[in-house]
Amino acid sequence: MDKYDVAIIGAGPAGMAAAAQASDLGLSTAVLDEQIRAGGQIYRDVDKAAPQRGEILGKDYTDGTRLTKALRQSAVDHIAGAVVWAIEDEFRISYTCEGRGAQILADRILLATGALERPMPIPGWTLPGVMTAGAGQILLKQSGVVARGAVLVGSGPLLYLIAAQMVRAGLPPAAMIETQVRGDTFRALRHLGGAIRGWPYMAKGLKMLAEIKRAKVPRYTGATEISIEGDGKTEAVTFTHKGRRQRIDCETVFLHHGVVPNAQAARSLGVSHGWDAAQSAFVPELDEWGQSDVAGVFIAGDGAGIGGAKVAEHTGRLTVLKIAENAKRLSTQDRNRMAAPLRRALARELAVRPFLDAAYPPYSAALQPTDSTVVCRCEEVTAGSIRGYAKIGCLGPNQTKAFGRAGMGPCQGRYCGLTVTALLADANGQSPDETGYYRIRAPLKPVTLGELAAMNETTQDATE
Amino acid sequence: MKTASPFLEIESGPRVDVTWEGKTLSLPEGSNLAAALLAAGVEVFRHNPVSGAPRAPFCMMGACFDCLIELDGVTRQACMLEVSEGLVISRPSEQGGA
Repeated sequence: MDKYDVAIIGAGPAGMAAAAQASDLGLSTAVLDEQIRAGGQIYRDVDKAAPQRGEILGKDYTDGTRLTKALRQSAVDHIAGAVVWAIEDEFRISYTCEGRGAQILADRILLATGALERPMPIPGWTLPGVMTAGAGQILLKQSGVVARGAVLVGSGPLLYLIAAQMVRAGLPPAAMIETQVRGDTFRALRHLGGAIRGWPYMAKGLKMLAEIKRAKVPRYTGATEISIEGDGKTEAVTFTHKGRRQRIDCETVFLHHGVVPNAQAARSLGVSHGWDAAQSAFVPELDEWGQSDVAGVFIAGDGAGIGGAKVAEHTGRLTVLKIAENAKRLSTQDRNRMAAPLRRALARELAVRPFLDAAYPPYSAALQPTDSTVVCRCEEVTAGSIRGYAKIGCLGPNQTKAFGRAGMGPCQGRYCGLTVTALLADANGQSPDETGYYRIRAPLKPVTLGELAAMNETTQDATE
Repeated sequence: MKTASPFLEIESGPRVDVTWEGKTLSLPEGSNLAAALLAAGVEVFRHNPVSGAPRAPFCMMGACFDCLIELDGVTRQACMLEVSEGLVISRPSEQGGA
């Protein structure tokens, strides 16, 4: 079994930057990623897509080729198409690649598992034709596929980015139904100082809004009571805007109200998480180097708290400095010297976050869905059922599994976990920290018996 | 099969034949299988095993498991596969579970 100084999970901006730097510092490094080509979701398939549709996707996307190139030119073992399903015993990593199970060993783990879309349970969100905005972007990046006449629902910079990209592709969205209200803008203005320091982000945002306006995409801000309707597939979005009920016919809806750390692997390793009120999400408890409270486990990028692609890149490199020091490849003095410019860059990139978090908060009706709304997509458990479990004494998310299987389907709570915590916390008058989150165990992704059988053969081969 | 998909391919390249639910579809070679099926007009990928409700790709990043299909007798996530000549795929037979 191959053994490495560090194994990095995820080849997005944090993982790619960290891997190249780790290798430069003399650490034997493996990076495992589910996708066949490096990039993560933000730079999904960038090597293939940048030459074909870089104009539509923009420079922030094509910039990802800088990181894929550095990874390619490094001595890192990039194990592509690898679905990691267990990390155990300090540390044996089990994964499936090309239909076979396999394992590697590593002294340290760097989780660069990125973000997931914040679950947005609104009536009708399980209908075919409803996707996340991130999914819409992936369709465009990886496949050059754009939905005609799509309606974008929710809030936040990613919604404007995908709208602008659809405009550039010649297929502007039919409408944007936005959930932020005027009060959010006022609250955000308290963070104006940060917004000014993060001016390049603000300038990009204004440019995208101008593109959307020029394309005459109707925008409905402060929308409430949003519902997706259709018989077996998406047919329309209905919502209340300025006191009037509206209906927009469409076949495709893209949902987005922020992204949250993808903590499945971190939680399976027992890393402590705490509630971050500004980000409305659980974030791992880390020191300033991305080191968790589990020895040998480090986290960088959006999985450590949402900051975006540039922040991910910087935190990836910063965390590797600590790992290299830990592996006696870097003196403490050199570590601190090399960290200084990264910390300055991080502060610059993070300056705009408080403004954005306040200006585009999650859609409140999707944090506390109506009783009939499905919250667990896999097992079709409704918000009303979860509230019902609370009434008969259910205090925490792990108990809801026994009451009604919420979080026990194949997605393993990825798209219901935060909602279930929020519903129980509200019903029981507790905080999200008191309520807690699902206990996450291996396998992190389903694994077939055939894949396991294939792994036993390889293990035997290796010992013969 | 409906062909008027709302999902449009903005470029064209070489295509290959695959079999979906016993019918032949011509899909872009090497493209993401879930994206290619959407563009080919496939509206329902599977039915939820609890309620039987129709489902289709939601996250496109391997997290939601709503794009499950069956390939060579194994339930797989369509969004994690690439199109190649001669794939024989269908809706998952065992109640759509993984």
